[in-house]
Amino acid sequence: MEAPQNNVLLEVKNLKMYFPITRGLLRKKVGDVKAVDDISFEIKKHETLGLVGESGCGKTTTGRCILRVYNPTSGDIIFNGKDISTLSERRLKEHRRNMGAIFQDPFGSLNPRHSAGGIVSDPLKVHQMAAGKEMNDKVAELFNLVGLDPGMMDRVPHEFSGGQRQRIGVARALACSPSLIICDEPISALDVSIQAQIINLLEELQEKLGLTYLFIAHDLAMVQHISDRVAVMYLGRIMELTGTDELYENPLHPYTKALLSAIPIPDPIAERTRTRIVLKGEVPSPINPPSGCHFHPRCQIAIEDCKVTRPPLRDVGNGHFVACIRV
Amino acid sequence: MSIVLDVQDIKTYFHTEYGLVKAADGISFQVNQGEIIGIVGESGCGKSVSILSVMQLIQTPGEIVDGKVMFDGQDLLRYTANGAEMRAIRGSKMTMIFQEPMTSLNPVLTICRQVTESLELHLDMDRQAARERSIELLKGVGVPDAERRVDDYPHQFSGGMRQRVMIAMALSCNPRIIFADEPTTAVDVTTQAQLLELMKDLVTRQNTSLVIVTHNLGVVARYAQRIYVMYAGRIIESGLSDDIFNHPRHPYTVGLLNSVPRLGERHGTRKLIPIYGLPPNLINMPPTCAFLARCTEKVEKCSKEPWPALRAVGDQHYISCYVDIKGK
Repeated sequence: MEAPQNNVLLEVKNLKMYFPITRGLLRKKVGDVKAVDDISFEIKKHETLGLVGESGCGKTTTGRCILRVYNPTSGDIIFNGKDISTLSERRLKEHRRNMGAIFQDPFGSLNPRHSAGGIVSDPLKVHQMAAGKEMNDKVAELFNLVGLDPGMMDRVPHEFSGGQRQRIGVARALACSPSLIICDEPISALDVSIQAQIINLLEELQEKLGLTYLFIAHDLAMVQHISDRVAVMYLGRIMELTGTDELYENPLHPYTKALLSAIPIPDPIAERTRTRIVLKGEVPSPINPPSGCHFHPRCQIAIEDCKVTRPPLRDVGNGHFVACIRV
Repeated sequence: MSIVLDVQDIKTYFHTEYGLVKAADGISFQVNQGEIIGIVGESGCGKSVSILSVMQLIQTPGEIVDGKVMFDGQDLLRYTANGAEMRAIRGSKMTMIFQEPMTSLNPVLTICRQVTESLELHLDMDRQAARERSIELLKGVGVPDAERRVDDYPHQFSGGMRQRVMIAMALSCNPRIIFADEPTTAVDVTTQAQLLELMKDLVTRQNTSLVIVTHNLGVVARYAQRIYVMYAGRIIESGLSDDIFNHPRHPYTVGLLNSVPRLGERHGTRKLIPIYGLPPNLINMPPTCAFLARCTEKVEKCSKEPWPALRAVGDQHYISCYVDIKGK
């Protein structure tokens, strides 16, 4: 199912991101937090890849590595055919206009002392893409694009509601006309009735501008709604990766099954007929993860071999990848 | 089925420097023995304030200005908030599980000290008996190695484990009713599933009533028998769980259910229908229905008449709306 090369916008190969743990006065390294532990995936043009997992599974770190906020420990990040994992600072700045980011917290991610227009125009200034009147027009255009009144450009973030603030964040991400946008939990801080507004906005923008999204979230129902394909992460590794409907209708990995069955559905009749797999214990610490398959201590179908070998992410047909030797 | 708690027309107002905020404006609900009910609404709709009012945990500038809280045949609002009567009920017959297990446990006291506190206070146990009972309670909520961990401090527990401790504390004096305010919002989905199952098992076994307050419609769908939906300080729809989720009759409830994707809906089959606009500012409340500005079903009457009172539209099903959307 190898896609033609020109169709792939981003390819992540064997990405590892280890954070050192240091002790004592001399900051001696005593171990690693393996936040992302050898993962590979690709995102096709105009596609939305959902990245789901519980807190601490490394989904945000993955997004930040792609943005090169972190310098990955090892692995390749190939964007439009070019490896960006080792770009120098100067080259990186040129490259960065191709990627945008939307963050979780619409309160913390906007500078409270800057005007909304100033926040949106910052990327344009940094990349010297517009100035003066032209920049003003561009910002007004961006405001219109995300459904904000350009007349509110001079207001500061606290004068906006949570949903509007997130729209400012979207406008900022779009300022340099990027092709890839990393959406890191863009709706989890918003109220239920507002979430759909932002999701619909993201969908419309994708259609209009041909954007590609990496959609990082823990809300599986929302991920199913917006994504074309979904990757499930657990303790720094991808457990399953496949087309959205395939994942939800035919989950193969025991972790995915448990995760899906744990999502509450707002429908009491459906809930009654559903069996729920309640996992034992909690997510172990990524400082000292279990041997072999990270999931084996909580897995219901684990065998001796699971404690020893790390299962590779293998294709079981039709682009359905799963990292489990029992499937 | 006997009624354990009958809340009648509670009004809790906050006197802020910007004006009067009617956080709970005439809230009434009943809880039967052994029943699980859900109170659902978005942030700022007054759901937490309502249950805090029942327990008289409202602090200045807040004030409970009117209403009745009938509990075991006595009106709790006739007692002063910090009087002996209220203190005897709070934490013993009526307990609460808070959202944030890190901030609701005292970081400088051991788990043992915190669980035994209410046992010693309300059940007159001595230290040793209370300690043994706490270990039992912790085992009951699934804290592994409870004999040893009882002497640990909250920071040594994970988020899910801390919430289990909170549940153990809430259950310690065999309460008649437990309020759980967003009990699983701070934890992951797999832990959420564990905690909800645990709470349900425990309250069923002890025939305790449970009130789950949440913004997550899914959480209450599985467990609650009845649901109250709140908006801008009032209950706008209430009914049996099946009716609320499958035959909602108030435009806000319908909108809320349409704006969330359901697990199992195939990708790209449905566009989400958001509720446009924002919840009203509680200081400048319109004289009409507070949902009017966002409502898609409004009729002429809505902008002329005041906010309608709850009216029955079916068996145990009430809405506060002039329009009645049948069958969605």
